[in-house]
Amino acid sequence: MVDVLTDRSAPNETASERPRWRVPSWLITIASVTLVLLIWEWFGRDVNPVFGSYPSAIALAFVDLVRSGQLGTALLESLQPFIAGYLLAILLGVPLGLLIGRFRVAEAGLGIYVTAGYAMPLVALVPLLVLWLGLGFAVKAAVVFLMSVFPICINTWLGVAAVPKSLIDVGKAFVAPNLVILRRIVLPATLPYIMAGIRLAVGRAVVAMVIAEFFTSISGLGAIIINSANNFDTATMFVPIVVLMVLAIGLNALIGWIERRVAPWQAEIAGRDE
Amino acid sequence: MGSVSLVDVSKRFSLRVDGELQSVQALARVSFTVDDGEIVALIGPSGCGKTTALRIAMGLESASSGRVLVDGREVKGCGHDRGMVFQHAALLPWLTAAQNVMFGLEMKGVRGAELQGTVQRYLALVGLDGSGNRRPHQLSGGMQQRVGIARALAIDPKVLLMDEPFGALDAQTREALQGELLEIHARTGKTILFVTHDLDEAVLIADRIVVLREGAMQEIIDVPLSRPRGDLGSVRGTKAFADTRYHVWQALHAPTRH
Repeated sequence: MVDVLTDRSAPNETASERPRWRVPSWLITIASVTLVLLIWEWFGRDVNPVFGSYPSAIALAFVDLVRSGQLGTALLESLQPFIAGYLLAILLGVPLGLLIGRFRVAEAGLGIYVTAGYAMPLVALVPLLVLWLGLGFAVKAAVVFLMSVFPICINTWLGVAAVPKSLIDVGKAFVAPNLVILRRIVLPATLPYIMAGIRLAVGRAVVAMVIAEFFTSISGLGAIIINSANNFDTATMFVPIVVLMVLAIGLNALIGWIERRVAPWQAEIAGRDE
Repeated sequence: MGSVSLVDVSKRFSLRVDGELQSVQALARVSFTVDDGEIVALIGPSGCGKTTALRIAMGLESASSGRVLVDGREVKGCGHDRGMVFQHAALLPWLTAAQNVMFGLEMKGVRGAELQGTVQRYLALVGLDGSGNRRPHQLSGGMQQRVGIARALAIDPKVLLMDEPFGALDAQTREALQGELLEIHARTGKTILFVTHDLDEAVLIADRIVVLREGAMQEIIDVPLSRPRGDLGSVRGTKAFADTRYHVWQALHAPTRH
């Protein structure tokens, strides 16, 4: 065991060096957002309030909407089909992607629908979905599901294709059954791709939710957007838009946090120098 | 007990070059036996088919013709009677060292207290009893390959198959691991077939060396060094080492026999 000593000083341990102080990332982000808001405020005030708005006016409209309880109700209304459709997309998209990526027959038989489905002009199909599912919760969840399931599935599929052959060989060499290889080798090796797909899907799911609210029974945050736009109340119209963007940022951060919990090795291997 | 034989193994595969389908003969009627407790090195230049031969012995690839025997009985596909040590270790990066060793055992159906005990025993055998909780990327290359060896040995295979196990390591670590492999061999008496492109390594470790050139057997060379080999540094100074090394070198550079 000659090289145990030299091995000890191997990776990681250099990390205990005290790093030089650098501007924290969150501070850079806050500075960036503040700057953009200030510029927007500065120029936005000169614009006719029908054609545009600016942060302080939107903030006032936000307070109004919160006080009247409208925003809370709308958010709750929107979130239910959103969460249902999005979770269903994860629950079905990931296993489907694993199967398509792993088995030639599944790839040849089903891959084409997934690729096509990703490019499906969903807006055009919403009227048809309304005919099938009505105007309520079901159709909204379905629109969110259809918009988010494909990126999740495709990313998982690509991830499976990128699993190093040597890791699959390890499973085979130790006589692991196919399903065990899928669950204990392919799935964990694909996790970073799966999480990336789930993140990409957040944006599409948010868009899908608003589309659904525009084109089915007008409700939730989408209703506030439409109604205030019809009243030329541009500041109020921006409130749900901003709320949705903040929601997407929050979800992204949450998914990133979950990713670090379920796949901690990934951040450690692929680490940028932080 | 453990012996492994390749009997008349040939491997052909098709390759599309510039749109034309070419048939490549990766292995042509390769036959040799690794006897119980013996270490045989499979050596040859890259592309000579040595890794293909090992993968066929493991069952990871199938031969176009010919058979693989373990203890005289034909085997098809992978089995727990053979343990594989991969190039670059091929540890599962999301598992700790101990869990990686555990993986092979679990696939064999070992459970409970026996599982934990066996994992600890084999980690200790490769000198990693203190590092079981580390993930692969927290281990040096040498330590990673030790885990790979422990994982393969833990299922107590009849034969250990090693695919250029030390090829990616720096010279010092490689020498240390070569010594450890011989120690492990002395302690466990395992039958070992290992692939290398390193002349010195083949002579230092093996009892016999199979020289493979362009998919065909060129020569089988006996290594007249006694066991235990002792200090490998001084083995390098012996005449037997130099002679055998030269012999293998000649076999690698002579015109091919076919």
